[in-house]
Amino acid sequence: MASNRAAPAPTAVLANVLAKPEATKRRPFRGSFWWYLIRRLLQALFVVLLVTLIVFTLMHLAMPAGPGAGILGLGATQEQIDAFNHAHGFDLPIWQQYFNYVTQILQGDFGDSFKQNMTVGQAIALRLPKTILLAALCMVIALAIALPMGMFQATRRGRLADYALTGVNFVIYSTPSFFMGLLLIVVFAQKLQLLPATAPAGVPTVAYLLANPRYLVLPVITGSLGTLATFSRYMRSATIDNLSEDYVRTARAKGTSKSRVVVRHVVRNSLTPVIAMLGYYLPVMFGGMLVVEQLFNYPGMGLLFWRSAQQADYPVLLGCVLIIALATVIGSLLADIVQALLDPRTRGQLQ
Amino acid sequence: MTTSTPAPELAPRLSTASPATRAWRRFRSNKLAMIGTTIVILLILFCFAGPLVWVTDQVTVSIDLAIINKPWGTPGHPLGTNNLGYDILGRLMKAGQTSLIIGLLAGLLATLIGTCWGAIAGYIGGPVDAIMMRVVDAGIALPATFLLLILSAIMHPSIPLMIVVIGLVSWLVPARLIRAEAITIKTRDYVLALRAVGGSHTRAVARHIIPNTIGTMIVNATFQVADAILLVAYISFLGMGVEPPATDWGAMLTKGIDYTYAGYWWLIFPPGLLIVITVCAFNFIGDGLRDMFDVKGRQS
Repeated sequence: MASNRAAPAPTAVLANVLAKPEATKRRPFRGSFWWYLIRRLLQALFVVLLVTLIVFTLMHLAMPAGPGAGILGLGATQEQIDAFNHAHGFDLPIWQQYFNYVTQILQGDFGDSFKQNMTVGQAIALRLPKTILLAALCMVIALAIALPMGMFQATRRGRLADYALTGVNFVIYSTPSFFMGLLLIVVFAQKLQLLPATAPAGVPTVAYLLANPRYLVLPVITGSLGTLATFSRYMRSATIDNLSEDYVRTARAKGTSKSRVVVRHVVRNSLTPVIAMLGYYLPVMFGGMLVVEQLFNYPGMGLLFWRSAQQADYPVLLGCVLIIALATVIGSLLADIVQALLDPRTRGQLQ
Repeated sequence: MTTSTPAPELAPRLSTASPATRAWRRFRSNKLAMIGTTIVILLILFCFAGPLVWVTDQVTVSIDLAIINKPWGTPGHPLGTNNLGYDILGRLMKAGQTSLIIGLLAGLLATLIGTCWGAIAGYIGGPVDAIMMRVVDAGIALPATFLLLILSAIMHPSIPLMIVVIGLVSWLVPARLIRAEAITIKTRDYVLALRAVGGSHTRAVARHIIPNTIGTMIVNATFQVADAILLVAYISFLGMGVEPPATDWGAMLTKGIDYTYAGYWWLIFPPGLLIVITVCAFNFIGDGLRDMFDVKGRQS
């Protein structure tokens, strides 16, 4: 073991210290699952802090004089606005405002909407379940098709089927989802008149949408296509990487059939990096929902965000961003933990 | 360049061509990449040289019923006109300029920022690297489309602003890729040798780390351009794109949506197809370049 450490570069020492397992007889704590978990948790905490800092900065870019003017409306006098800002601490030094902001978030308080007579938390809580329903359906359907498709392509690498599917993937990936959705509307809603092009009027509940799934069909197809293209690509390259691993050659040399190697070994090993991507994919997913909800007038968080952007309702906008960012940090944390549990090799490679 | 040691038996297939020539040959042999390149060149000609041949007025609004909403095939307007009387063919060229300029420059900016950030983080390592990469994590957690919408609500969107803003939300993935490369490159002998003879850290990063990531940079820049063109279209669809009379393909398509049920397909399909073709072409090139440089792109 000692011979491995011959003359490391001075600059490389720092980076390599954490990656090098100590050769002791006892199972080392470094490189163990708990060591990984603690470091990963601390990282996530730091990222959350950075996220709040960025959102807080954006808040001051959007509302340099505090939210008083926006909340009180156009009729308010400057004295009233100043009094409001003073009463709510928006005239304090900036670091104190940031401290208050973080404290408020910890208490689940995201501020008040400028335009709707409710708190940001209430406005989001009203819409978020419908977006989660839509996003979850899109994700499940996309993955159910993308993962087998990527595997299939990898096993047929370089043949006609692989090329054809890759070509389709390219086109799907390159098509803006609203263009795709529009084509679907023209075909299924306008020409064939099979499916509705918009969500029902008013503010339907999750239960209503589940009872009337025809309103969900076109939005779900539109929202899942991009994800499908992305994840079949990941799955294809993950499977190709795994097919060239030593364990595949060993299993083949021992006489295991090719299909059995794929089903028993390669699937599991290829799935773990793809699953780990899910957490990081959350912001992209929400971005996709934003477009789909606006196109189909689907009453989720995306539409709330879009309307708030038109009205410059900054507290709602920043509340949405913060919630998605926090969900992403937690999601990628969970995905990494699952991956570390499933695949011990990844524990050392903490980014 | 000593000629005394030719050793042809040791390197029988050593080509006399320069590395650039060999790279070009490998790129040329990739059909998909060549198709992509051809399409991009044609598109650039269409958008930038086209208006010199096909001269149209894209500023003056018309309310003359004899001019507005003409279908395709109208004499003088092969692709028809829109509700303001603008010629669609001419408008496609003008809109394409916006989409391509923003896409190319934003992709370039994102790659530049990402490369510098990733190379510095990877080279320094340790706590500095950890903090720099947590900043990247935080940036990736923030949803790009949402941020762009907020920024367009705060500031009036113009072309330079869109370039900067899209660049600022898309440099994160290149930063991660370049950092991973920098970590391996900094342990190479030539970097160690430079440090041993007293070369500065700045020189190591600027002259060795960054030039050696050129493959990853180019591949990623191509994909970034493709993604930036899509992002421009999305922002326009969400109603926060460049302001009239400027336009882009996404905005043209979006304006046409109101006329879907009227069957005015010439307002929707030409800009939509041009977006698909352009993004596809850049992705083709990126894929070809990735095979050529044998680097991993589009990861995480």
